[in-house]
Amino acid sequence: MQLHDAAPGVGREPLVIEPAGRFPRLGARELWAYRGLLFFLVWRDLKVRYAQTVLGAGWAIIQPVLTMVIFTLVFGRFAGVPSDGVPYPVFSLAALVPWTYFSTAFSGASQSLVTNTNLITKIYFPRLVIPFAPVVGGLVDFAISFVILLAAMGYYRIIPSAMAIVLVPLLMLAMVLTSAGVGCWLSALNIKYRDIKYIVPFIVQVWLYISPVAYPMSVVPKRFQLLYALNPMAGVIEGFRTALLRTGAVPWPMIAFSLASGIVLFITGVLYFRSTERVFADVA
Amino acid sequence: MSAYAIQASGLGKSYRLGAKSERHDTLRDLVGNAIKAPFRNFRSIKAGSSGPAGELFWALRDVSFEVKHGEVLGVIGRNGAGKSTLLKVLSRITEPTTGRAVVEGRVGSLLEVGTGFHPELTGRENVFLNGSILGMDRAYIERRFDEIVEFAGVERFIDTVVKRYSSGMYLRLAFAVAAHLEPEVLIVDEVLAVGDAEFQRKCVGKMSEVAGHGRTVLFVSHNMGAITKLCQRAIVMSAGQKVYEGTARDAVQAYLAAGAQDLAEREFSDDEGMGDDTVRLRRVRVVQDGDEAVARVDMMRPFAIEMEYEARTRFPELDVHMVLHNDEGDYVLQSTLSLGGEGLTQTAPGRYVVRCELPAGALNAGHYWVGSHGQEPYIRWPWGRDRLLRFEVEQTSPQLARYQTGFYHGSMGPLLPRWSRRQLAGGATGADGR
Repeated sequence: MQLHDAAPGVGREPLVIEPAGRFPRLGARELWAYRGLLFFLVWRDLKVRYAQTVLGAGWAIIQPVLTMVIFTLVFGRFAGVPSDGVPYPVFSLAALVPWTYFSTAFSGASQSLVTNTNLITKIYFPRLVIPFAPVVGGLVDFAISFVILLAAMGYYRIIPSAMAIVLVPLLMLAMVLTSAGVGCWLSALNIKYRDIKYIVPFIVQVWLYISPVAYPMSVVPKRFQLLYALNPMAGVIEGFRTALLRTGAVPWPMIAFSLASGIVLFITGVLYFRSTERVFADVA
Repeated sequence: MSAYAIQASGLGKSYRLGAKSERHDTLRDLVGNAIKAPFRNFRSIKAGSSGPAGELFWALRDVSFEVKHGEVLGVIGRNGAGKSTLLKVLSRITEPTTGRAVVEGRVGSLLEVGTGFHPELTGRENVFLNGSILGMDRAYIERRFDEIVEFAGVERFIDTVVKRYSSGMYLRLAFAVAAHLEPEVLIVDEVLAVGDAEFQRKCVGKMSEVAGHGRTVLFVSHNMGAITKLCQRAIVMSAGQKVYEGTARDAVQAYLAAGAQDLAEREFSDDEGMGDDTVRLRRVRVVQDGDEAVARVDMMRPFAIEMEYEARTRFPELDVHMVLHNDEGDYVLQSTLSLGGEGLTQTAPGRYVVRCELPAGALNAGHYWVGSHGQEPYIRWPWGRDRLLRFEVEQTSPQLARYQTGFYHGSMGPLLPRWSRRQLAGGATGADGR
């Protein structure tokens, strides 16, 4: 009989099913074997997100642009928040692009296990695929809004620093790792404590205020800046601004700090997720 | 490679029941307790671990069995017997608390059809999505796509979103994808319990095809017919434990016979759910010659099933059904008072006994189960249960005496039909009878 090459992850080794040990492992190899499933889940989410909407993927453009307009009016005009010498619209957009990615990706991830209980209770696959799907899928919207940002920069005749070519991918990495890490933590907690669902919007709001989205980093007192950079999104956003809008010198120590804290969030998040995933099907 | 595709030894799975002090399902508990030990709560559910309060419930307990390569093993048992938990453990959806299982070969499991189907996606998109969830890769799905669509018979609608599908189309497409999963070890749960009769036939056909291809299959079903048809061996589960293992036919009989010896008579009190305050079934019994309840009846004489019930209110129509099943789980008979007796069954408050008499020789030798159902036509079923008691029809006919019981197959009495023979060629006249 011809056997197909599907059923990934399981080789010729006999599969042993027994109570798992105490220490979780990353399971990266198996995760890689299931990348096809990740792809299809991302694709499903994208497809379904804009199903039966009139504007479809246009929403990926409208959302950050509208927020930018509101921020410009409220913070730029009425409150007179400084913007490091660049026009306020592009100043806020440079922050809103990574911020919108982060907030949608991690809040999507935090709900992902609960909305996919039908899969978890019926079939085996590496559970990490589930919170990773919105984190990966968010990159599509990110790319679209990034193009808008470039267009806005063109409109204001702002030329990015050459450093941006290195810096933007690095910042994106920090942004993705942070989203995935926070997403893992919250989704694993959410499947047991449905309270998380109500906390997430609050977390998004607070996190927005402790990130330099509406205001520049320069208003934060110098001695608090490294502490402030414990929030990975602070380094990411400030990095975006300095690299793309050239609002000042690239704050390398801060970016390194944010990246490190993003990596810590990611590793602890994944490990927590892995250590609890064995009971997902029982508590879902 | 060993001789076995699946070797399970001492598999157990426990859940902790309603331990109030250990459960944190709200934020307050979480903050108050879990921050100190964020991992503990999940561990407590994992169970088997220490911790106060909370009763342990063993959904699966010390289950061991082996399945050879290419063998089809059936798993039967009542609801809550642990069948689904066993399948979930073997398909790695949930982890065992004790024991271990070794599985050789690629595993595919189907605990339901259409897992992950999304109503907003088209048939085509769902085939790819569902296929990848089941563990197929894209190239494989592309190769088999036409076959899947043809099997489902939804060619015209393949680019329509499935929320517009009829439930039948939806199921057919879902099963078609599942049917094309080709693992070496297939774990299947009740997939055949869906769809109309014709579709079920198609599914059984596909399943026997799978079974015939040397694939190892673990098959859970309530459909005893499908079990005996598809499986060589079967295990019977009860209260989380394996209580029987043997050939599929023997296992089905053991399952049906389990828990109830032959029983001539059964009475029902108010709390047994056989009715409500308006009407209750009180007694069911088997009688032959006189008023004594008997668990064994003589094949060659008439016997009757008597059902006694008590009506507290007036019923414009109240009918009583009697059903018979054989030990293999097949329906033998369903008949009603209104069909066989009085027609319209107006009922004033009071106690009644209905009698359903079967003629001599109606049933073959063997064991039969009696069920009783009360019906207010087009309104409701005040009581109803199959397999309330079990009796045996004894082979007493001298004509059959030279054969063992069971030589003549089937549930209907072999002496029931009238036979005749005519000689056609060679003779001048046809002759009647022998």
